[in-house]
Amino acid sequence: MNPHLSFNLPSDVHQLLAYQFMVNALQAASAVAVMAAVVGWFMVLRRESFAGHTLSMMSFPGAAAAALAGVPLAAGYFAFCGAGAVIIAGAAQGAGAARGAQRSAVIGVVGAGSLALGYLLLSLYGGVLESLESLLFGSILGVSGGEVEMLELVAVAVLAFLAIAGRPLFFASVDGPLASASRVPVRALSVAFLLVLGLAVAATAQLTGVLLVFALLVAPAGIARELTPRIGLSLALSVLIGLLIAWLGLGLSYFTNYSPGFFATTAAIVLFALARGARSLPRDRLRRTALSPQASR
Amino acid sequence: MTVSIEMAGAAVRLGGRTIWSDVDVVVQQGEFVAILGPNGAGKSTLLNVLLGLEQLARGSVAVLGAGAGHNNERIGYLPQRRVFDSATRVRGVDLVRLGLDGRRWGVPLLPARFSARSRAARERVWQVIERVGAEAYADRPIGECSGGEQQRLLIAQALVRNPQMLILDEPLDGLDLPNQAAVTALVQGICRDEGVTVLLVAHDVNPLLPYIDRVLYLAGGRAAMGTPQAVITSEMLSSLYGAPIEVLHTSDGRLVVVGAPEAPHHHGPRHALP
Repeated sequence: MNPHLSFNLPSDVHQLLAYQFMVNALQAASAVAVMAAVVGWFMVLRRESFAGHTLSMMSFPGAAAAALAGVPLAAGYFAFCGAGAVIIAGAAQGAGAARGAQRSAVIGVVGAGSLALGYLLLSLYGGVLESLESLLFGSILGVSGGEVEMLELVAVAVLAFLAIAGRPLFFASVDGPLASASRVPVRALSVAFLLVLGLAVAATAQLTGVLLVFALLVAPAGIARELTPRIGLSLALSVLIGLLIAWLGLGLSYFTNYSPGFFATTAAIVLFALARGARSLPRDRLRRTALSPQASR
Repeated sequence: MTVSIEMAGAAVRLGGRTIWSDVDVVVQQGEFVAILGPNGAGKSTLLNVLLGLEQLARGSVAVLGAGAGHNNERIGYLPQRRVFDSATRVRGVDLVRLGLDGRRWGVPLLPARFSARSRAARERVWQVIERVGAEAYADRPIGECSGGEQQRLLIAQALVRNPQMLILDEPLDGLDLPNQAAVTALVQGICRDEGVTVLLVAHDVNPLLPYIDRVLYLAGGRAAMGTPQAVITSEMLSSLYGAPIEVLHTSDGRLVVVGAPEAPHHHGPRHALP
């Protein structure tokens, strides 16, 4: 039976769940989408999207190195993304105002280096690496049961870290000077967050591919933060939007045979554009429709 | 009256350079003290000493009856030069809340409806927001608030833990004159009504003159303390700077300091001390 979109929701969902590979993909994508939405929310808040994107590029040499060494690709993803996080965190140890500029330069160098290293390792390997295309743009349809468990484990670990460190991390991110004066370990949190980001990116890139991490990591948080400045609400929205993007990508891909990464990214871009458009509406109109200040007391 | 701050024979060295020495300061609980002086005189360094973030090379310091840094929960601190740009999509009320429990680990998972602690925290936050008159915009992203509105919210943040002392590092920086006066009046009201000791670092004494009790003037590596009339005089400042300084009195009661090695400026670029 070839799947075809009937626009009858129960029947479409039934078709979606007919094959084990699709159930695996949906499970993995859901776990990763929730994790990426929350980590990405902090990443966008900290203005570290460039670091996140560069970390995802580290998974390209990671996969190539793993293939060369004959170990599972996931091991390469995690090792190289982790190493990238350590390098970027180390570059941030400079002082004062020059730090931001120096840091983005280092991130750029890491990104360029990772691509070069990836191609070198790939040509050393010589064989066919799953397919370069799925590495770059995602291979969500080939997730095994073991990989689902591993991704879920990573998601739980990342979310646990944020549940413990979330509030001081938020404090350090929006108000660094006062946070350090209040004895919040700002520097340690910054390094720890980069490592966690590396872990999350390595997991996300395994599904969306190296180049389409944006769809699950940046877009949900960016959209949610356009829609509301409330912390809890925007985190919840970010998770819902992440799930929506992941499911849309998978579902449309299943019925059309085009890449899930393409659909997920298109959905993300459309939602982002809509959210930005909504925010640029005249403020009076928004204020009348939004909750009144009194409602939050 | 209890003593809030006591420094004796204090000196600070940073990077091998003595910033100031032989500084003796006594501040009573409930006093409003302005800290003045040229750039690089060590005003922020003095605040860091009081917060225990910087150690004295010589001398002693006691804050609220203990060594510096031991009573920081009882001090509301407003660091220098925090401007939130329009990309900062965080509400003022959430920023004020960070002053209350931002350093606590874990996240509040239960909505306030089900948690007495969350409810008490929210009430306290709105209480200080009302105290500074920021109810109208506390629910907006702070990046969309004006400089004066941001400063009121930051003062609310410093007040939220009911401190015995407020340490405000250049809260008037970048504000227009009416806002400078309004913020200073607000701080004085808090000082008088709640008996809070206030240390306020500023570049220009004039907007402060109607409100403050005493000034601490740092210059030339030394300090002078007293009423504005006693400290901001030609003799006192000439001796501090070690150079001829003239203090002029304008007809409307303003003080103009002429001949200081580095003229005070309000909006120019400035190197923040660490």
